[in-house]
Amino acid sequence: MIKQQAHTIFEPWLNPTEKPIIQFKNVTKRFGDYTAIENLSLDIYSKEFFALLGPSGCGKTTLMRLLAGFEAPSEGKIILDNIDIVNVPPNMREVNMMFQSYALFPHLNVYDNIAFGLRRSTMNKADIPDRVEEMLRLTQLVPLAKRKPHQISGGQRQRVALARSLAKAPKLLLLDEPLGALDKKLRHETQFELMDIQEKTGTTFVIVTHDQEEAMTVASRVAVMDEGKIVQVATPDRIYETPNSIYVADFIGDVNFIKGKSQILEDNKILVNWAEGQQPIIGTSEDRIDNGADITFAIRPEKVTISFEEPLDIANVFKGKILDIAYLGNISTYHLELPTGQNFKAQATNTHRIERRTYTWNDEVWLSWTDTAGVILSE
Amino acid sequence: MNLSRKLLILVPYSWLVVLFLIPFGIVLKISLSDIALSIPPYTPKLEIFSSSAEWLQYFMALDLENFIFLSEDRLYYVAYLSSLKIASISTLITLLIGYPIAYGMAKSPEHWRPTLIMMVILPFWTSFLIRIYAWMGLLSNEGLLNQFLIWTGIIDGPLIILNTNWAVYIGIVYAYLPFMILPIYASLEKMDVSLVEAAEDLGCSATSAFWLITAPLSKPGIIAGCFLVFIPALGEFVIPSLLGGSDTMMIGKVLWEEFFSNRDWPVASSVAIILLLLLIIPIILFQRNEHKQREVER
Amino acid sequence: MNQSRFSWFNATSLTFGFAFLYLPMLILVIYSFNESRLVTVWAGFSTKWYGKLLQNDAFLDAAWVTLNVGIWSSTIATVLGTMAAYVMVRSGRFLGRELFSGMIYAPLVMPEVITGLALLLFFLAIGLDRGMVTIILAHTTFSMCYVSVVVTSRLITFDQSLEDAALDLGCTPFDAFRSVTLPIIAPAVISGWLLAFTLSLDDLVIASFTSGPSSTTLPIKVYSAVRMGVSPEINALSTLMIGVVTAGVVAFSLASRKIMINRKSDF
Repeated sequence: MIKQQAHTIFEPWLNPTEKPIIQFKNVTKRFGDYTAIENLSLDIYSKEFFALLGPSGCGKTTLMRLLAGFEAPSEGKIILDNIDIVNVPPNMREVNMMFQSYALFPHLNVYDNIAFGLRRSTMNKADIPDRVEEMLRLTQLVPLAKRKPHQISGGQRQRVALARSLAKAPKLLLLDEPLGALDKKLRHETQFELMDIQEKTGTTFVIVTHDQEEAMTVASRVAVMDEGKIVQVATPDRIYETPNSIYVADFIGDVNFIKGKSQILEDNKILVNWAEGQQPIIGTSEDRIDNGADITFAIRPEKVTISFEEPLDIANVFKGKILDIAYLGNISTYHLELPTGQNFKAQATNTHRIERRTYTWNDEVWLSWTDTAGVILSE
Repeated sequence: MNLSRKLLILVPYSWLVVLFLIPFGIVLKISLSDIALSIPPYTPKLEIFSSSAEWLQYFMALDLENFIFLSEDRLYYVAYLSSLKIASISTLITLLIGYPIAYGMAKSPEHWRPTLIMMVILPFWTSFLIRIYAWMGLLSNEGLLNQFLIWTGIIDGPLIILNTNWAVYIGIVYAYLPFMILPIYASLEKMDVSLVEAAEDLGCSATSAFWLITAPLSKPGIIAGCFLVFIPALGEFVIPSLLGGSDTMMIGKVLWEEFFSNRDWPVASSVAIILLLLLIIPIILFQRNEHKQREVER
Repeated sequence: MNQSRFSWFNATSLTFGFAFLYLPMLILVIYSFNESRLVTVWAGFSTKWYGKLLQNDAFLDAAWVTLNVGIWSSTIATVLGTMAAYVMVRSGRFLGRELFSGMIYAPLVMPEVITGLALLLFFLAIGLDRGMVTIILAHTTFSMCYVSVVVTSRLITFDQSLEDAALDLGCTPFDAFRSVTLPIIAPAVISGWLLAFTLSLDDLVIASFTSGPSSTTLPIKVYSAVRMGVSPEINALSTLMIGVVTAGVVAFSLASRKIMINRKSDF
């Protein structure tokens, strides 16, 4: 799920001399009484593939429409390449958008759709065919140039929409749920195509999605949004491994939560006292946690090991009873009950094709994890 | 909002204000003015008032005399009631004839339907006047209908239909039948086939499935169709004038005669205002029904 | 609905229903070719009434007026009605929006006698002489409302992101309307024009109120002839009108069906 970049690490957000291409400065957007975006500040850097992730109604689409110029902020500034673009109408912005519905013009063929923006730009008329050809090649649409949008498949329409929005070589390309209309298999292939095209053209991409897997796959950084605010901005692996809140931990992937009180140890370790008569959980935190504070321990199911024998030399060991087993092919998820009656999930990979049914319902098993496997959240 | 946007709103808006709103204001005003002062040719003027005193004076001169006159004269009273009666009865007949047609269309093979719909709409594009005129020849004493009925031996002498209320009923049903068929068809066509099958699976006979499932679900279409027939039928002029007799009283016809024959404009205007008041209730009910439908579909 | 059980009852109601709708007009057409002046007695085939009709200057003049009024009023009504529809669907809130939508829907349900009376009194008040201009103004006013309803229903299903996309790709709002919205809603605009044109050709009541002595339209002429009773010349005229309308409507619906097939993905 996590993208590993093979070549030099691209992390402009860590470089203090780097200037962001897009800056939101205290932007608020209200529709009547409803606040869609609340005092939001955000920097996006050139050549980034930036994902806005959140449930529907979290304000991510509004944020994108603010960038495209279809909405004006109620307060705050939006700066593109050192210029405040709040008062620039959409047709004058060097920002293009790929629409969720693709918004292909049904009365124009593929070629004319791609050329539509170029014909309204300052580009020399004679250069337009070359540019359209280039886009057709980039998106592998050359044989379909004369077709109308209804004569091509969903995946091809998606590529036309991409080619059309890239044709004017915008400083920033906005993608509104670009893969939402495709089936799962095609979506996976297209994600890689998108990354490939983003790298080839060197355009800054901002993608809006509610699909966490998609955001994790394509993006250099992910902003998780909730109710008009950005909850966390980080690389996909940081978002997954060190979520800064219960909201983020819960929104991305599967997770177990255990509430308790903190007890600080000397070596930066923290004990979580979670239930009367139970041995405390040992964990770590990036945040500063006060002694005796209310905290939540969060751990992903795949970080938990299941065994019949009591494991030694591991920080956390607990007993559990198997309630249910969900077989998912590559892995199985075990629903367990802790001695306190709390529910708990653990995952194990099915490495053998024909597994002896090692674990079954009502088995008493040992659950174990290391002291760095989970995170402690201060809320 | 920029200039072109403003202009876009302003052009159709001012057109409607000048040619729709103001004319109605004039009708209202004349309906309230004195008959004595306005014996024809009464020329209405757009007066511009310079002071509030003039306004006051102006309104003092207006009165409800014409309306009182209308309420005292049995003619108008009868005309209103008779219009309501004729419109209601013909709406009911249209429903009884239109529903089976719409039902048949909805149950017809799918590839017939576009043609059937076009056949229902086609008469609507043909001149209203001609369609009513066609019945004049059919319904007259020597007309084809009487010839046919005498030939079959059902009757001995010709039935007198033309220039009676019967002919008006036939005319209204004929002219407005498409308005009844189309909304009912639309609501039947949308209906899920499996609903009737489910009802039959649960033990309904075909007939009771129709009354328990199909009929209630087509109610919005029935209501829309009834309003679409009732509202224009109430103010109808051409049908009572061509097919009805001298004793056929409908407000549209009365208004026309008041205006063109008696040249009594204030009374004609008052008749118009009352006709409008009569229509407001069904129109509001109709709009509410449409609104509710849209909410449900959303 | 269920199509597998198209019963004899359905067949019967369709047969009788369409017979009721079409027989009167069919008989009218047949009798327009009747030799005899007595419209109820068949006396052999003849086209002489058509010849008579074509020599009748009064009818030809009226037809010319009607055609002129129809073309002008439906064209202006289409422009105004499309503007009104666009305002209603796209302009959000503005001062007097409720009044505006009321004024668009009111003429649709207003009895023609009232509309006609109101417009006549208005023309008298402003001292405009009645003639072709007043009929055009009157017809434009009520038919723009029909156009607006037709175009509105199309615009509502129109995906607004198409217009957003045009703006995003560098169009001014007017350019976006001209090069994206208008071509896509064109079938609705054309239907609106046809509807306005037919309404204008068909209108008797409003034209009677707003016409002057020099500008008699065909329906007025037909009405005054018909009041005297059925005549073979009117039968011939009716047949011509039915023929033209039928041909026009069938041709248009075939053409628009073809456009529909070409544009299935007009989301």
